[in-house]
Amino acid sequence: MHGFSVALTLQNLGFMAVGIVLGVLIGVLPGLGGANGVAILLPLTFSMNPTSAIIMLSCIYWGALFGGAITSILFNIPGEPWSVATTFDGHPMAQQGKAAQALTAAFTSSFVGALFAVMLITFLAPLLARFALKFGPAEFFAVQLLTFCSFVGMSKEPAAKTIASMMLGFALAAVGMDTVTGQLRMTYGVTELLKGFDFLIAVIGLFGIGEILLTMEEGLAFKGRSARITSRAVWDTWTDIFKYWRTFLRSTAVGCWMGITPGGATPASFMSYGLARRLSKNPQAFGKGEIQGVIAPETAAHAAGTAALLPMLTLGIPGSPTAAVLLGGLLIWGLQPGPMLFIEQKDFVWGLIASMYIGNLVGLIVVLTTVPWWAAILRIPFAVIAPVIIFVCAIGAYTVHSSMFDVVMMLVFGVAGYFFKKLKYPLAPLVLALVLGDMAEASFRQAMLLSQGSLSIFWANPLVGSIAGLALVLLLWPLVGVAQSHYRAREGRA
Amino acid sequence: MNRPEDSRPVGQRGPEIVVAAVLAVLALLVIKDSLRVGTGWGDDGPRSGYFPFYIGSMLLGASAWILLRQVLTWATTKAVFAERSQIASVFSVLWPMVVHVALIAPLGIYLASVLLIAWFMRRHGKYRAAPTAAVALGVPLLFFLIFERWFLVPLPKGPLERLLGF
Repeated sequence: MHGFSVALTLQNLGFMAVGIVLGVLIGVLPGLGGANGVAILLPLTFSMNPTSAIIMLSCIYWGALFGGAITSILFNIPGEPWSVATTFDGHPMAQQGKAAQALTAAFTSSFVGALFAVMLITFLAPLLARFALKFGPAEFFAVQLLTFCSFVGMSKEPAAKTIASMMLGFALAAVGMDTVTGQLRMTYGVTELLKGFDFLIAVIGLFGIGEILLTMEEGLAFKGRSARITSRAVWDTWTDIFKYWRTFLRSTAVGCWMGITPGGATPASFMSYGLARRLSKNPQAFGKGEIQGVIAPETAAHAAGTAALLPMLTLGIPGSPTAAVLLGGLLIWGLQPGPMLFIEQKDFVWGLIASMYIGNLVGLIVVLTTVPWWAAILRIPFAVIAPVIIFVCAIGAYTVHSSMFDVVMMLVFGVAGYFFKKLKYPLAPLVLALVLGDMAEASFRQAMLLSQGSLSIFWANPLVGSIAGLALVLLLWPLVGVAQSHYRAREGRA
Repeated sequence: MNRPEDSRPVGQRGPEIVVAAVLAVLALLVIKDSLRVGTGWGDDGPRSGYFPFYIGSMLLGASAWILLRQVLTWATTKAVFAERSQIASVFSVLWPMVVHVALIAPLGIYLASVLLIAWFMRRHGKYRAAPTAAVALGVPLLFFLIFERWFLVPLPKGPLERLLGF
């Protein structure tokens, strides 16, 4: 309770509002994401006291989580990697004129997911931190394996194309300096490739530029609809969506789990979406504007994004890229994250946790009331908005490393994105593999090092064994379906 | 076959083969370099090529599978990739993008974007000079204020900005 008195000063509430608005702006602009948005603004907060600064920065993070949903639904451009899954059903809903419902559902789900995750942080922090402490490299790799296997098993696209797209992501992630040995890989003498491919460039190109090319092919019109959120639409959606409480609970559980075990918001949103589709009564409706397809990834992404702060605060292990940037901020302010933080900096920790409750509530109100404003962009004709988006994409690509090479790569990724979309290669596994590639490789190599090259380490204890086992089940899931129908067909004949 | 007056749609087979072939070439590049840095076990554990080698192999396998399937179903594939007019309009937006990116280095991102927006509005939107000029100058100016002034993120600038003292 003491935390609320810290967070609820007028000054801190002001910082919260500023943070949310900046965060939504960052989330809406493709290419300016939560992680680099927070990184850009970090130096501006050094003059503030640490509690206010982290409150504002974490509110930028909430704002970006909310804002990512707006562009995903209205433009089919995910502002953040974790809102990729929101485009699958959110954008079709907007095309059908149900943008207000989709947005309300997305914002509400985000809020619900975050609320549960903050409650989890508040009550279960010590317990879950002790659990995550038991994770070794083998467990980390098994969790990542689980994420990637679920892609192959649950994808609508041909398995070969899913695997090709995923492996391309891993290969791109491996380019550049090997983080373990310092060896250069696959640079072929090109100095620009030393630092490798950043997933932000790939996201901007594949989704931003690729989408413009696709839109151009289909005629000069964005397939979005105007999105005025009336209080009536909000109310109707609210009375409607809570009948999907199972989806909410499941997605929150997935999100919290993936956030604490550093899987992160992006795999959480995909897993949650996949589960919702798999367990739905009419899975065919997914991808065509099913409201559950918006609820599931948004709830999970926000729950994971919030839960990712738990290991960061308690163990000093960031659960997401943005959490890593926040961790950097804490160190600069002279705060050493870890269990001691809860003892030595009570004001700071509980002020931050209280600000998560209030910040998300402020965020929900801000986005619900200002969405027509952000969505007004939609009524601008394509001939005006297209060059502006190209301009913003170029800025976004450039600012990642201040490199012109990245802007050129953005174009290459854009053309690749166009072909991939036309030929039904899924883009999400590519981006995810690119994001998690280095982490997955590092944990795989560490695990192999521990076991001296034996794969048996992945079923060496019940914890890692059950995660790895679940991964294989998900990978082979489609075969079960094939076998089942085959068996039924034979039985029918007999 | 590819005469300009040809109005038949472009089939799916060609692009399918090309994309899979490009992926296979990339896979070979990955495998080749993995072999160079060593895929085996060094003194201090797995060497740098250990993980990428498997990645490259799986990418090669997947693209070979896609290629093989396409070749086997060559005669029966009737899917259409796109109409020729559609491809023409994709190119009509792609080449200005390429020119835009090419102009960023000599002119700076702001001036290059003024030209890009103006060209788009005139060519695709058929706007008159006044609204075109307003948007084409106004938007880059706004972004200039946001990035150079408020967020303090330096973007590529050209001779015009230097002339104005930035």
